[in-house]
Amino acid sequence: MKPVKSAQQKNRSMVRTLILSCVLMFGFGFALVPLYDVFCRITGLNGKVLNTGPNAPTGSDKNRTIRVQMIAVNNESMPWEFRALSPMVTVYPGESKQAAYLAHNPTSEKMVAQAIPSVSPSEAAQYLHKVNCFCFDRQPLDSLETREMPLLFVIDPELPTYISTITLSYTLFDITSTKAAESDLLSKSAQPNSTGRNTL
Amino acid sequence: MNTMAKVEHTEHHGPAAGLTRWLYTTNHKDIGTLYLWFSFAMFLTGGCMALMIRAELFQPGLQLIQPEFFNQMTTMHGLIMVFGAVMPAFVGLANWMLPMMVGAPDMALPRMNNWSFWILPFAFAMMLSTLFMEGGAPNFGWTFYAPLSTTYAPPSVTYFIFAVHMMGISSIMGAINIIATILNMRAPGMTMMKLPLFVWTWLITAFLLIAVMPVLAGVVTMMLMDIHFGTSFFNAAGGGDPVLFQHIFWFFGHPEVYIMILPAFGIVSEIIPTFARKRLFGYSSMVYATSSIAFLSFIVWVHHMFTVGLPLMGELFFMYATMLIAVPTGVKVFNWVATMFRGSMTFETPMLFAIAFVVLFTIGGFSGLMLAIAPADFQYHDTYFVVAHFHYVLVPGAVFAIMAGVYYWLPKWTGHYYPETMGKVHFWCSFIGVNLTFFPMHFIGLAGMPRRIPDYALQFADFNMVASIGAFIFGFSQLIFLVLIIKTIRGGSPATSEVWDEPHGLEWTIPSPAPYHTFSTPPEVK
Ligand code: HEM
Ligand SMILES: [Cu+2]
Repeated sequence: MKPVKSAQQKNRSMVRTLILSCVLMFGFGFALVPLYDVFCRITGLNGKVLNTGPNAPTGSDKNRTIRVQMIAVNNESMPWEFRALSPMVTVYPGESKQAAYLAHNPTSEKMVAQAIPSVSPSEAAQYLHKVNCFCFDRQPLDSLETREMPLLFVIDPELPTYISTITLSYTLFDITSTKAAESDLLSKSAQPNSTGRNTL
Repeated sequence: MNTMAKVEHTEHHGPAAGLTRWLYTTNHKDIGTLYLWFSFAMFLTGGCMALMIRAELFQPGLQLIQPEFFNQMTTMHGLIMVFGAVMPAFVGLANWMLPMMVGAPDMALPRMNNWSFWILPFAFAMMLSTLFMEGGAPNFGWTFYAPLSTTYAPPSVTYFIFAVHMMGISSIMGAINIIATILNMRAPGMTMMKLPLFVWTWLITAFLLIAVMPVLAGVVTMMLMDIHFGTSFFNAAGGGDPVLFQHIFWFFGHPEVYIMILPAFGIVSEIIPTFARKRLFGYSSMVYATSSIAFLSFIVWVHHMFTVGLPLMGELFFMYATMLIAVPTGVKVFNWVATMFRGSMTFETPMLFAIAFVVLFTIGGFSGLMLAIAPADFQYHDTYFVVAHFHYVLVPGAVFAIMAGVYYWLPKWTGHYYPETMGKVHFWCSFIGVNLTFFPMHFIGLAGMPRRIPDYALQFADFNMVASIGAFIFGFSQLIFLVLIIKTIRGGSPATSEVWDEPHGLEWTIPSPAPYHTFSTPPEVK
């Protein structure tokens, strides 16, 4: 009897180890999500922008200018009118620059939007610091309301010299029907509410 | 000694009678047979879908099917061939052959084995039922990129997700069983470095399955949550990222393509020595090459994503890592060629398929190398060139190897030789059909024809027509295979236990047909 039993025991412990590995790999699949975000943020890949807020770099580099092109994109069925106030600005690295986007809700309903930024070329993403951005918050707009949405940014003087043009693109998503937007729809004032997603 | 008594007792049991034999069976040979028949049914089902695609593409313009349905066909064809035809065929061969090759009486976990098979028909019934649902079957390609498969998916996507979960569970159970069998059930004296290569390649494949099938389950679970529970893993509006989907999918997807080819390497490494009448050249280098391919397969997945906007360093790293895979792959190809070199070769059907495998798989490997050149891939990506590449590695690669294996072991399973002429006719029809179908795709791909479209510009018309004719030749010649198998099961000249001319391996020491129970007492391996 003995040899058979020990083979069975061996099988059983092996099955246990292998199932455990499967569970771990299942977890690993999910762990890839935060890992990916952290990786993109550290490296500035995929146009994900680092928001350092107040501790943005100081001291500007007057020896070169950078063109910042600002693009507005409506996602899919988003009916708002959405555009940059001035499609291109020229800045010195290290200079704080104020810019703005215009949004208008032409529908008869109150709606909530979320803008998602993306930077191209992606190497530039980590050098574009947004001190303040409308993309930090959800943007509720009443029917027929128009709002100028501000943006304050600084370009890091460390920006590699071969980059002379940066494209900053915002895609506007309609999030009216999501859970997060419920509070915005209820509140009377059209003040933007923080989403707490400042990393965007 | 008690063991002996017990073993002898079971020896008297034959298979139970009737349908319940198949439903409740825990016998590795029965389960192997079930897997193989299931795989063949799926092969024909997926093949019909491919023929619908090729019929529509016979001429430019839309004539037979609507674009929406065309997309469902490409999606279902890919999913069924990968998860329904190729993978279960290898598991079926593993079930039949591994215990006989390592000298074990059965798989290590026979009851789990029954489960892992019987989940599959349900998974695929669920998947195929989506064709009749409102909104149609999944239409987002076998790679189901988000947000096509989440925000824009037909409602049937939920059934697709559960079907993938079930297939995943089935594959994982199969893999656990295979690892336990190989590591724990070997006959005394069967050391690791004496294992036949089919066993080795399956062992490594099983580890790949354990590592990546859970990741696939994870990614479809995330889709499920995005669709039904309001999360935003892949939804940019909610802070997610669709590119993340591609990373997770291909982290599974690239090892998956090796899951579909490593056992094929094993089969070919069994067949070529037999018909070259020489020992396999470089046995241990084959083992190391297979292991390094498996290892490398985890660090190359981004070669499917060269065009998503990677930094230069990323492009370079994944380009070189991908090219590195060609080294161990080359080792294998040279070993097969060296095995044939100066052998006294004969060209029975299994050998024909095996040689075609070596030649045509190598063509697929070369087009893979072309695709691995990141700057060139910007031109090739999502064109028919990619379609040509992966069909060369999968059809005359994986599928030919499976057919070679079936011809090679069929006399052992059935006790009859198959009709040789008929086998050769099947081979040549398949060979001509495959090349007519897929070779022109290289040219139309290089000329810029995108994949997954139901209509195309006029300049691609001639090559598409050739490809469609080839597809019909290949498709219908599989009916020869079906008839041949049925004929061989029914009768034929009786096979000896060796079947071939002095083949190596324990499976050739038992009579043909292999009795229901084999190696109840472990053989002595010298
Ligand atoms: C030398 C070995 C190989 C190299 C260098 C290689 C390289 C590549 C590259 C770079 C791509 C991406 C092309 C693109 O989408 O633009 C690709 C796609 C693909 N390869 Fe390979 N490959 C190799 C072997 C294999 C093998 C052995 C298999 C399977 C048995 C395989 C199956 C596939 C599949 C299925 C795709 C397409 C996936 C899809 O987009 O639907 N490859 N290969
Ligand atoms: Cu790959």
